[in-house]
Amino acid sequence: MKEKLDNIKNQVNQKVKELKDMQSLNELKVKILGKKGELTEILRGMKDLSPEERPIIGNLVNKVRNEIEEVIKNAEDLIKEKELERKLEEEKIDITLPSSKIIRGSKHPINRTIEQIQDLFVSMGYDVVDGPELETDEFCFERLNLPKGHPARDMQDSFYITQEVLLRTQTSAVQARVMLANKEKSPIRMICTGKTYRREDDATHSHQFNQVEGLVIDKKERNVSLADLKGTLQVFVKEMLGNNLDLRFRPSYFPFTEPSYEVDVTCFKCCGKGCNLCKQTGWIEILGAGIVHPNVLKMNGYDPDQYGGFAFGTGIDRLAMFKYGITDMRYLYTNDIRFLKQFDRKD
Amino acid sequence: MKLSKNFVKDYIDIDVDIKTLAEDMTRVGNEYDSAEKLINANKLVVGEVIECNMHPDSDHLHVCKVNIGDEILNIVCGAPNVRKGLKVIVALVGADLPGGVKIKKGIIRGQESNGMLCSLAELGIETKFLKQEDKEGIHELPIDSKIGEDPIKLLGMDDEVVDFELTANRGDLLSILGMAYELGAIYNKTVKEVDLSHNEHGEDLNKSFKLEINTDNCKLFLAKKVEGVKITESPNFIKNRLIASGIRPINNVVDISNYVMLELGQPLHFYDADKLNGKIEVRMASEGEKLTTLDNIERVLNSNDIVISNGKEAIGLAGVMGGLDTEVTENTKNVIIEAAIFDSVKVRMTSNKILRSEASNRFEKGLDPNRTYMAAERAVKLLEEYAHGKVIAGTVVYDKTNVKPKTIEITFKNITDVLGMKIPNDAILEVFKRLGFTYKLENEKIYVTVPTRRLDISIKEDLIEEVGRIYGLDNIEGKLPIVPMKQGSLDLTQREIRNKMISLGLSETLSYVLVRDDESDNFTSDKFEKVQLLDPITEERSTLRYSVLSSLLKIYEYNKAHNEKDIAIFEIGKGFYKKEEYAENTKLAVLMSGKYYLGVDNKKNVDFYVIKGIAEEILDYLGYNSRYSFILPKETPKQMHPGQTAEISVNNDIIGIVGKLHPTIEKEDVFVLEINLDKLLAKKTGKMKFKEISKYPKICKDLAILVDKKILSIEIEKLIKQAAGSLLTNIEIFDVYEGKNIPKDKRSIAYSLSFGTIDRTLTDEEVNNILNKIVDNLQNKIGAELRK
Repeated sequence: MKEKLDNIKNQVNQKVKELKDMQSLNELKVKILGKKGELTEILRGMKDLSPEERPIIGNLVNKVRNEIEEVIKNAEDLIKEKELERKLEEEKIDITLPSSKIIRGSKHPINRTIEQIQDLFVSMGYDVVDGPELETDEFCFERLNLPKGHPARDMQDSFYITQEVLLRTQTSAVQARVMLANKEKSPIRMICTGKTYRREDDATHSHQFNQVEGLVIDKKERNVSLADLKGTLQVFVKEMLGNNLDLRFRPSYFPFTEPSYEVDVTCFKCCGKGCNLCKQTGWIEILGAGIVHPNVLKMNGYDPDQYGGFAFGTGIDRLAMFKYGITDMRYLYTNDIRFLKQFDRKD
Repeated sequence: MKLSKNFVKDYIDIDVDIKTLAEDMTRVGNEYDSAEKLINANKLVVGEVIECNMHPDSDHLHVCKVNIGDEILNIVCGAPNVRKGLKVIVALVGADLPGGVKIKKGIIRGQESNGMLCSLAELGIETKFLKQEDKEGIHELPIDSKIGEDPIKLLGMDDEVVDFELTANRGDLLSILGMAYELGAIYNKTVKEVDLSHNEHGEDLNKSFKLEINTDNCKLFLAKKVEGVKITESPNFIKNRLIASGIRPINNVVDISNYVMLELGQPLHFYDADKLNGKIEVRMASEGEKLTTLDNIERVLNSNDIVISNGKEAIGLAGVMGGLDTEVTENTKNVIIEAAIFDSVKVRMTSNKILRSEASNRFEKGLDPNRTYMAAERAVKLLEEYAHGKVIAGTVVYDKTNVKPKTIEITFKNITDVLGMKIPNDAILEVFKRLGFTYKLENEKIYVTVPTRRLDISIKEDLIEEVGRIYGLDNIEGKLPIVPMKQGSLDLTQREIRNKMISLGLSETLSYVLVRDDESDNFTSDKFEKVQLLDPITEERSTLRYSVLSSLLKIYEYNKAHNEKDIAIFEIGKGFYKKEEYAENTKLAVLMSGKYYLGVDNKKNVDFYVIKGIAEEILDYLGYNSRYSFILPKETPKQMHPGQTAEISVNNDIIGIVGKLHPTIEKEDVFVLEINLDKLLAKKTGKMKFKEISKYPKICKDLAILVDKKILSIEIEKLIKQAAGSLLTNIEIFDVYEGKNIPKDKRSIAYSLSFGTIDRTLTDEEVNNILNKIVDNLQNKIGAELRK
């Protein structure tokens, strides 16, 4: 009996070494430990033994059985490990092949610039307001102290739809709308960004372009002055163009402000030394601004003896060009995919 | 306005170089375009042609020997008028001429040439200013010119010119005298008097000449007469100053009218007195009245045009252009001078129609009546001096202007409050003095009296600007306004939509709203009136788009032409229309074509379901989940594929369209989507709110049915939901199949259905019961078969 058991044990030890996969291991398991397996046969033969022999042989069988089970278990682990290894090996891929991806979206540089401007002014307590692009002559000109036949209308050649309706030439049109809409005639701090249109089209002028307009109106006793305008514009220029740029107020003329100024900024390309960008002057004209004309206040329901303030406006297209180093204005409106796709990441 | 430095020096002593002058003017608000010498050339001398022979190898070139004083040069010249004995302008070797021309030693067809004989055009004078003989050849200097001298000085053309771009309010600067006052304020110099001295002869003009003003649009009219003028060429200084100012010299009399306009800013008109019948009338034109202007064009007038008449018919368009019949010609002997002020708006309207001229520009900007009087006197003075005219006594005057210098009350505090900087009181008063304003001080108040030439100054704020301008603003220290703190408001919806679209892989465009007329009503079956420009620049951009897709399609075509095929773009922009009133809507437009997913194994191109998915994404994101549906359009826009287009309905209101472009519009597969954001966002959405999640696992069942092809998916879904009731939590289609093994008019659709409830696990039996109900419903209602 003992001999038989040793025989089985040796046979298992021998076979295990030759095993390659789980299937042959399972076959071996069945052959030895299965219902009709060799070891089970021996256990079944125990009933023929004498009561004295039974516990001895029983122990022996159990011992052998445990030993065999352990051998098989070890073999099983080994095979599983090898199989896993093989599976992983098989699943190996070229990780340098391109990924499956959704095409990447991009945001137009003008809207990026507009968002930056909006966020800046909102942080200073300005409201961002919107106005129609199809405007009336009344709001675009007349309520801004530009009656019909005024020579300053030449500054803005307009696209008229009828004698009274036109595409707005300036976001300033929103000034009058905001003042009129404010029934309490309370202080105003607002900007408006958006599309504007003028009847000109050449290498440096697009008939459609974008402007931002700012308006601050407050009680006379708080005396909103040119110094406040300068300080505000300094913050604006610092955000849009970078640090350490000087501002210069050059007297100019806009019918809706008095005094009126063109605001120049130190040329950021040459730091004021003079270069092609600034036409050797060291300055770049960037904004129009001024103190709101008393007629504009009056026409839109504010008493010029009680209220005063400033307004400013600038073209966004040029700011976007400066910001991203865009060399030709026309790129902004051609919408070449190769252009658009360059603006596909965080600023 | 072109400022000749020589001209302005008649009235003010200045000695600054032209660039500095231009920059100083810029600082006080007068921008310039260019500032340079009238003749931008060097190394020029007067020479004499002492020998002139035909070039042996040319039929038009001459080989000349030119004496320049210390040397005799061999120069090849192509001008037809070169000949022996001529005094000429010689550009020496090394000379720089306008247009980047550099004179070099050369061999011209085998003959040595050491310089160039110059025409005035080669020295940078525009041909339109030149006499006929100067257009055709080199300039012939007076025969007594000294050899070796500077020919530019000799010609009196050693001038410098600044081309100013003036603001619309400074009409006073459209004159040399006005410029002198401005420079006087900058450099603290006094302006010299204008010389008006002349002799007058004979009987007073009022006795022989009748003036009749029959319109309010003429405020001031002065007439003077000069007899016996001799028409010749103007003296050099007049010609040169006109040229420097951009006006073509014609003859001494015509030139004087232009010269005075430049000098004093008052446009004048000279009539041939013998063609006037002793009378001038100013009136509005009658509707349809005709007049041949001096450019020999017959103009048809209307009742907004001011005309000058001889009592019978129109002889000139006031302020804009004279008539052909009464113009000064070479035979003119006697001249009537008109110095007048016409209504600026009326002149502007007429000149916009006919011609914007130096004169009309000045009328539009407004004129100072005192200057009108001065100009009439100045003109007769010059006609006496340079046209040998005899000035007739008296002036015929019609004057309703009554202009007096304005006095404006202001305080020092008013000024410093607005400018936001400290300025000493004396410095403020000094500014007024420099500008030629007078003032009176009374306690805190300053009463400033402004001369009539400064039409632009009428209120306190104007004076504040003057102080800022002349005193300088460089020292203002910027600060932020001290105002009550508040939160700024900004509607971020559009920005969120934009960011969502970008995260879906779309590129944002920014397109023109103006399109071709026939494109402007595309992508809609709505009825409305197009919004057309009265005066477009080109036909390509003549009408405002209704749909933003009209613009996106152009962008697609552009990129396709550049061989870019994978296009996924969007834009939020406006569409315009007229239905009773003009109106505009904000729209979100999307266009997709080519590949959407990229990389290995992603071979699929954009199809209807991809762009439909984009629409659903944005609607779900905005909170309209389960409130929208895609429905078949009642009328498909012509540009859309009739079988692959859906209208998007939210709460039974059409807010957009999605689908494929019609193959006649674009043969590639291009898909578009447009949502009217104004309409959509007007529908309120609920707040985002937490819903309790079930702790119990859901049960999933697949269901495949065979159904008539014509039955829409949405109807089947409705039937499933109807039969399933509330325990069905999700429904998804995972396969749609037509073709092999399936009857021709059928398709197979496979659904994955999820069931569950918040408070317990459903039993298999429960779910199977529901499934049976679903199958029954589908069978009864649409004859669907269950596929096993």
